[in-house]
Amino acid sequence: MLTYLTRRAFGALWALIGVTSVVFIILHLTGDPTSVMMPPEATQAEMDAFRHEQGFDRPLIVQFATFALAAAHGDLGLSLRHQEPAMGLALERLPATALLGGSAFLIVLLVGVPAGILSALRPRTWIDYAARVVALIGQSAPTYWIGLMLILLFAVRLGWAPASGIGGWRNLVLPAATLGFFSTAKLMRLTRASMLEILGADYMRTARAKGLTAVRVALGHGLRNAWLPIVTQLGVELGGLLSGAIITETVFAWPGVGRLAVQAVFERDFPVVESVVLIAATLFVLLNLAVDLLYAVIDPRIRYA
Amino acid sequence: MAASVPFTPAVAAADDVAPSRNTVWRRFRRHKPALVGGIIIVLMGLVAITANLITPADPNFIDQVNWQGYPLAPGVAGHLLGTDENGRDLLARLMFGARISLTVALFAVIMEISIGTFLGAISGYYGGWIDFVIMRTTDVVLSIPLLPLLLVITAIVAGTSNKASLNFGVIVLIIGGLSWPAVARLVRASFLSLREREFAEAAKALGNRDGRIIFRHLLPNAMAPIIVQATLEVANVIILESTLSFLGFGIQPPTASWGNMLANAQSNITVAPWAAIFPGLCILITVLAINYLGDGLRDALDPNT
Repeated sequence: MLTYLTRRAFGALWALIGVTSVVFIILHLTGDPTSVMMPPEATQAEMDAFRHEQGFDRPLIVQFATFALAAAHGDLGLSLRHQEPAMGLALERLPATALLGGSAFLIVLLVGVPAGILSALRPRTWIDYAARVVALIGQSAPTYWIGLMLILLFAVRLGWAPASGIGGWRNLVLPAATLGFFSTAKLMRLTRASMLEILGADYMRTARAKGLTAVRVALGHGLRNAWLPIVTQLGVELGGLLSGAIITETVFAWPGVGRLAVQAVFERDFPVVESVVLIAATLFVLLNLAVDLLYAVIDPRIRYA
Repeated sequence: MAASVPFTPAVAAADDVAPSRNTVWRRFRRHKPALVGGIIIVLMGLVAITANLITPADPNFIDQVNWQGYPLAPGVAGHLLGTDENGRDLLARLMFGARISLTVALFAVIMEISIGTFLGAISGYYGGWIDFVIMRTTDVVLSIPLLPLLLVITAIVAGTSNKASLNFGVIVLIIGGLSWPAVARLVRASFLSLREREFAEAAKALGNRDGRIIFRHLLPNAMAPIIVQATLEVANVIILESTLSFLGFGIQPPTASWGNMLANAQSNITVAPWAAIFPGLCILITVLAINYLGDGLRDALDPNT
């Protein structure tokens, strides 16, 4: 177990170093951001001064060495636009994204999984068909369009919830539903398939024959054995929510990390972009690690050598 | 099983060799949703190819006679689906958008499948350090959240030029160049088992070169999962491209793509909901059709999975 953990941790570290290097190289290989950052009426001398001040006139390899050394200390420099530490700027936005992502994940867990179970227990009923149609649309429509349609219906037509911004729980409903839609659909299908497979097993018949209640049979014997692929997928979806947050936050003007990333890319604010990518990659890698370890807890038959 | 397979010289043992074309077509026809999906895709393709012939108007033409600064509603002044906020015919833009969206998807998937198949094949066939290097690279690429990275790269690379054709090529290259790892893993898995089979050994004993064994003997037997994956990837890329374009990093206006048509639709959603609904419906229908087609192909090519 410990060797496995060490190996995985090293793998995760490599992935992070790889991601950071790739982003740095791409960002700097295509020219420096001076022309974008400075006002159009800036003189050549002002441009040169800015370039020198930011170190953009130094060789790429020197820039990278400086960057890598500082990055190891969590210092990614000042935001070119806001003149504040870039990492702090990104971390400041993390709670808003965590709130949105957490709510979306809760929707996935509380809607997707139960709907999948119900759908499997009552095949070919209206519950099953409704769940499958919703799942199909959720998996085939782009996230931002789901957001637009929810805004159109619930904000514009019905006026039940605001279309953008952050505030009370009413502000949270539409973005969370948008962000969670795709994953909910996916989990619904997966849970249904996974449960259907288990329902035909002999021990399920035995459990029923023992006179257990339908709920205990479905959850205690069925779900407990169908759980593994579902948890795997939940982990994958949690990582996917990070990407989804970029889209959802932009559509709903939600002041999180994703929106910051889009703005920073538009403004070519390198340090902020690097901070966001580093945070996203770290979360992503840690999530995958956590899911792998969770397997052993859920299914004692899995052992890591 | 053996009796239902028509005799062809290539078929040695019916249970472990790819089914004949007739069998596949017969199985595929039975899968009605897949058949409908296939027909929809063919129709969409025809619209995309003949867009310049069947379009009701020039997609960039502004109807200055009827347009008063507000989007025209569907049916007004001969615009079947109305106009966008700039007075351009929505149906015409959807048709040309289909051309862009489908072409990007097609080329990106061809690239993705080529890279993935090649790397997966040599990885699985040779094993050893080649396999190690390719698979670790695959791990790193897979551990990066795709959307943030795509945003950064398209923004930086495409931002350096405003030429439409370059912009198009860059998006294809970037999507194709970053999404191959899943294909590589798939192909590698097939090759790991295929290389141990008797016919591989026989081909080797006959003195065939490695390249010939890989591409003429093994690859044809690994095609079924590749074809299915390619189909489903087309759907993924359509959504990915539309998302990039929606966020403003993909296909740049005035060129119409389904994604960038939705970018402006959001701010006008109260006055022109149709401009937000129709492009999304196009994406939804196309992706749905492709997903069904992929399901049908999977069942037809390999009924055992």
